[in-house]
Amino acid sequence: MSQYLLSTYAVEGGVPGAPATPEEMQAFMQRVMELEAEMDESGTFVFGGGLHGPDAATVVNNSKAEVVMTDGPFPEAKEHIAGFYIIDAADLDEALAWAGKVSAATNHPIEVRPFRATGRVADHMKEMQGG
Amino acid sequence: MGDPTGAGVTVEAVFRDVYGQAVAALVRVFGDITLAEDAVQDAFVTASDRWPREGFPPNPGGWIVTTARRRAIDVARRSARGRQLEEEAGASGLVSGADATIMNDVGPVQDDRLRLIFTCCHPSLQIEHRVALTLRLLGGLSVAEVARSFLVSEAAMTKRLVRAKYKIKAAKIPYRVPSNSDLPARLEAVLAVLYLIYNTGADDRDRAQLRREAIRLARLLVELMPSEPEAAGLLALMLLNEARMPARLISNELTLLKDQDRTRWNRDLIGEGHAIVRSCVRGNQPGPYQIQAAIQAVHCDADSFDRTDWSQILTLYEQLVVYAPTPVVALNRAIAIGEVEGPEEGLAAIDDIAPDLDGYHLMHATRGTLLRRLGRRQAAYTAFGKALELAPLEADRRFFAQQIAELA
Repeated sequence: MSQYLLSTYAVEGGVPGAPATPEEMQAFMQRVMELEAEMDESGTFVFGGGLHGPDAATVVNNSKAEVVMTDGPFPEAKEHIAGFYIIDAADLDEALAWAGKVSAATNHPIEVRPFRATGRVADHMKEMQGG
Repeated sequence: MGDPTGAGVTVEAVFRDVYGQAVAALVRVFGDITLAEDAVQDAFVTASDRWPREGFPPNPGGWIVTTARRRAIDVARRSARGRQLEEEAGASGLVSGADATIMNDVGPVQDDRLRLIFTCCHPSLQIEHRVALTLRLLGGLSVAEVARSFLVSEAAMTKRLVRAKYKIKAAKIPYRVPSNSDLPARLEAVLAVLYLIYNTGADDRDRAQLRREAIRLARLLVELMPSEPEAAGLLALMLLNEARMPARLISNELTLLKDQDRTRWNRDLIGEGHAIVRSCVRGNQPGPYQIQAAIQAVHCDADSFDRTDWSQILTLYEQLVVYAPTPVVALNRAIAIGEVEGPEEGLAAIDDIAPDLDGYHLMHATRGTLLRRLGRRQAAYTAFGKALELAPLEADRRFFAQQIAELA
């Protein structure tokens, strides 16, 4: 089993195709809840969430002599991650199939990215030492 | 490398035949494309040193896979992943067991190459990467050969291949034939890659190797998926195009269908293509490649341009436009209308699609041809001028320049 990040992007604060009316919002919620139930049932769902916009972000840099805090997001880009799922999938085909469902439910493109490693570094160390 | 056996066997010939099979078999066992490639190449290096001196083994393909497998195990043992693999596979005889786990007497499991084709042509890879991987892994073309075929430097092609293989590994692009629900779309992606390889080799004698390779891979696909009519349709389409190449490209000059010496067409290829088209028609599961093959079959049937059954071609284009409603298909349909109903009607059909194809040299060339038939020489002159301006290939430009000179 591998883990994949399925993420969706906001462009300058707004998610294109996001629900605009209360009715659309209700339908959107319904679709997403059904999808998440399906993910739970198949043991796919690991974690997920929606993020506040980049205006709520702070960058902390403690790599130099003193802590520096900067208002705003990390990259100065137009697009920022708006929300994501982390899923368990056997391979890319399975992850892509889930991404297709998320995209259909949210009306938005979904980026699929494999994790190079997940979990705690200590666990990887143990694994690499043949534990 | 010579032929010391005198039996017509060379290391190169063996390479051509078994490279893709051997890589595919090793990918199945080791799950690592780079490891598989390196091991198979090493095996061939050993073979080209040893075989000419000591004689060819009775089953050269089997020898290559066995040697490559041993080599891969040695390499894998030195890595942590390899040790893990060894533990996992210890019971299955991967490391010390009989070669029969990988090869039967004839060769690796047929499905290995089919799986590898689907991995190489996965839609999550850039189309350029799919093409490069397919030629490299299944065709056994060297990186330099693939680079030359696509007019990029060897360094750029190496980078492309490394990046594609990285993605396959990192994202876990599966090594299997897709499930039934995914199969139609994924097969379409494979067919598109093979046809792109063929067409990249068309119109250029220096790249004829690509056409041969595309036909070889299409034959393989038909052999591996005999119940897929579109795979057969693509093979027939390539064969019928290939049959006319000797008349189409004479010293790299383009000769139009109309002016081709039809005695130069390859009758064997036409016969084979026709037989496939007939069996597709009997199967009655039409698709875009089968229809295109049928169109080429009609052209190949005619012993002169004037005796071409254009109304049948028009009917087939009407069908094709349903499957592939692209401007280029519509342009070909307009050409057929021009032959069946007359140049006036052909021009009207082109006018409908002209805005979509303003940057396409063949649209302007087709207009030029129809305008000339109507005696509108000035307008034809302008249209061929536009075609000349837009044509990407030197052979095309020379041809259009000649039309312009005749109209001046």
